[in-house]
Amino acid sequence: MLRYILFRILQVIPVLLGTTFLIYFMVFAMPGDPVAAMFGDKVPSDAVLERLREQYNLDKPFFIQYLLYLQGIFVGDFGMSFSGEPVSEILARTFPVTIRLAVMAIIISLGLAIVIGLFSGLRKGKLFDNINLIIGLIFMSIPIFVIAFIAQFGLGLKLGWFSPTVGAGAPIQDLLLPAIVLGVSLYATSMRLTRASVIDTLNQDFVRTAYAKGLSRGRVIPVHVLRNSLIPTITNTATDFGILMVGATVTEGIFNVPGVGNVLFNAILKGENTTVVSFVTVMVLIYLGVNLVVDLLYAVLDPRIRYV
Amino acid sequence: MKRSKKALGFIALAAASALVLSGCSSSGEGSGGGAAGSGIITVNNTEPQKGLVPADTTEVGGGKVVDALWEGLVYYDADGVTQMGVAESIESDDQVTWTVKLRDDAVFSDGTPVLAKNFVDAWNYAANVDNAMGNQYFFSVIEGFSETEPVEAMSGLKIVDDHTFTVAATPDFPDRLGYSAYYPLPDVAFEDMEAFGQNPIGNGLYKLDGEDAWKHNESIALVKNDTYVGPREVANEGIDFKIYASLDAAYTDLLANNLDVLDQIPDTSFSVFQEELGDRAINQAGALTTTLTISENLEHFTGEEGKLRRAALSMALDRDEIIDVIFEGTNIPATDFTSPVVDGYADDLAGAEVLEFNADEAKKLWAEADAISPFTGTLEVATNSDGPHQVWIEAVANQWANNLGITAAPKLYPTFQAFLDDREADVVGGPFRAGWQGDYPGAYNYMQPLYYTGSSSNHGFYSNEAFDTLLDEASRESDHDARIAKLNEAQEILLADLPSIPLWYQGTTGGHSESVDNVAFGWNSVPIFNEITKG
Repeated sequence: MLRYILFRILQVIPVLLGTTFLIYFMVFAMPGDPVAAMFGDKVPSDAVLERLREQYNLDKPFFIQYLLYLQGIFVGDFGMSFSGEPVSEILARTFPVTIRLAVMAIIISLGLAIVIGLFSGLRKGKLFDNINLIIGLIFMSIPIFVIAFIAQFGLGLKLGWFSPTVGAGAPIQDLLLPAIVLGVSLYATSMRLTRASVIDTLNQDFVRTAYAKGLSRGRVIPVHVLRNSLIPTITNTATDFGILMVGATVTEGIFNVPGVGNVLFNAILKGENTTVVSFVTVMVLIYLGVNLVVDLLYAVLDPRIRYV
Repeated sequence: MKRSKKALGFIALAAASALVLSGCSSSGEGSGGGAAGSGIITVNNTEPQKGLVPADTTEVGGGKVVDALWEGLVYYDADGVTQMGVAESIESDDQVTWTVKLRDDAVFSDGTPVLAKNFVDAWNYAANVDNAMGNQYFFSVIEGFSETEPVEAMSGLKIVDDHTFTVAATPDFPDRLGYSAYYPLPDVAFEDMEAFGQNPIGNGLYKLDGEDAWKHNESIALVKNDTYVGPREVANEGIDFKIYASLDAAYTDLLANNLDVLDQIPDTSFSVFQEELGDRAINQAGALTTTLTISENLEHFTGEEGKLRRAALSMALDRDEIIDVIFEGTNIPATDFTSPVVDGYADDLAGAEVLEFNADEAKKLWAEADAISPFTGTLEVATNSDGPHQVWIEAVANQWANNLGITAAPKLYPTFQAFLDDREADVVGGPFRAGWQGDYPGAYNYMQPLYYTGSSSNHGFYSNEAFDTLLDEASRESDHDARIAKLNEAQEILLADLPSIPLWYQGTTGGHSESVDNVAFGWNSVPIFNEITKG
């Protein structure tokens, strides 16, 4: 098993090299000169522009720029943003916020998905199940910014139950509303997976055997049915986490969350190579890490799965 | 096997909870940075693009903070009139060599006095091309400046004594001195300019609220500078600049009373903000002008044919209609090339009727131009689509199509960078959007950088000897009225040639919360922070 984990970790290296290279290349290939764009309509002298390009290595050919960037990463130097802050500090400031938001959203989404999915599966075809499926469908089909605006306007501004935007430091209570919005927009898929899986498991022989042995419903449902039904839900959660890392940009913009999405969006607009690539690299790392955790969790849920 | 399974579960759970904890660990710290003390006003802002060094700050996000932290030799009051700041007097006998005398009571917020050398050193540093300051070109008016060679000390700057220095410069030089590029720097700045930009020390009405008061992408906290001695008064305890990724979020905060002053209404709320804010809404003229520039080298837009076509395009636009429908009345139709808030603005220039909607005349002029050389194909009008400009550019294209009977369409650039590249390379291939916010409230600044032969921002590559001569004469003219007359004459040449078509002056829109009073906006659309009262 340790060999498996080690192998998985080693796999990360080529993936990282590939992604950083691709991202660096894509930002590099974006039209426009990021240095000139710092000045808007007001154009400084060519000499000043040249000095700035030198400062950010933008005057060198693509491969040299990329190698310089890689070299920096090996000594823990992610470079500087245009506003003079080390990229490593930006990473350290924004990732905790986004991860906190993502974890809160996942907890809300999973909580809703497992509870509602289980009850829906147990009452297949009944009124509760039908209403729940319709509601799930509605949440799946409304774009997230619509849910976000309605929640911000209604729950935040009009009713005043939540802070309509997130303040400095992104305290948990401020993140509640965006987390609910993200959770609600994600729960439907997991809920349907849980429901389908529960229905499927209920018809399995081992469930019938468990009942036949005289076990109570209170033991069969959580231990035998639910546990065996969670694998697709857990897999989907890993994907959700990836979506939240990147896809929270819209939500972060609306609620002014000082997280990854906002900074990344601005860095792309400004053409800040070093910031964009560093952010994406860390995102890839987190995504791979979450996937590893999920793969390991499989074995806990289903003893037949073993890693050698 | 049983054991390995348990171990596996343990590892997975440990890893998962590590993720959760790493997410939660830093939750405690930040919440203190909000609108804590009463008397501190909260204001919206964007993340400054660069470190807060005055000579390197070229955009609004950093400019607002720098202007609050510093006081220059002069400053501009709410009406755009120049008032003495650190300077006691700025005098010259020959309009070339200026003697600047400083007040002897001005100090930086770290307690060191503001001396003549603080200005001279700061200017020499900013003008030295090796230091790559964004506002370097601003010092081209001083003798000894070089755009390409690193100059350690400009020959035009001489220190006379601690509180006096002389400057050999162009005649319009004193008008510019309120701009941030000319602020003084304390000695400590030159030890490490990059570190200074993160924790700047100024001589203005406010100072940073301790080390690391600039929380990147979150807030910049300023408090009243008690060491400030000078002509202005501060009516509040400080300014908390809250950094927003979008104006919409800032507007929501204003409605929820989480924000005191919003200096720009998002265009999505133009139609409702006056109703929602009532007498807390602000809507007045601003210093930003919007034009459509047409390159002098564009086919069909040169010579006599070009003059006719430019006039036709201008007269085929119903500016009032676009302003009403798209901007909800927040802009003002252009009557000249400057702005109503600057000295030298005019609404009665000869030839200004070319800026009025007249579809019949436009059609006639276009036909005359076609008689010289027929225009075929699509007239493309360009903008970048990462800003809020696409809608009105489409309206412009539609009006041209309808009023001139030609095919016109928007040409959209994905980013501002790409748009700028093509503008500078002169390959846009049609009229394009341009905007200009003055650096100081004078008409000269709305013409020289944009239309003078070879100027840095002359993206239409306009060149007219008579115009250049008039600007030169105006800059050497010491009598105010005579100078304005020369500038007006220069504007009339522009109206005849139309190197760009003036469209409108962008209005200043904004609002404030119920907890603050005395909110007024200056000539440059920035609120006059020191006069705002709270609580």
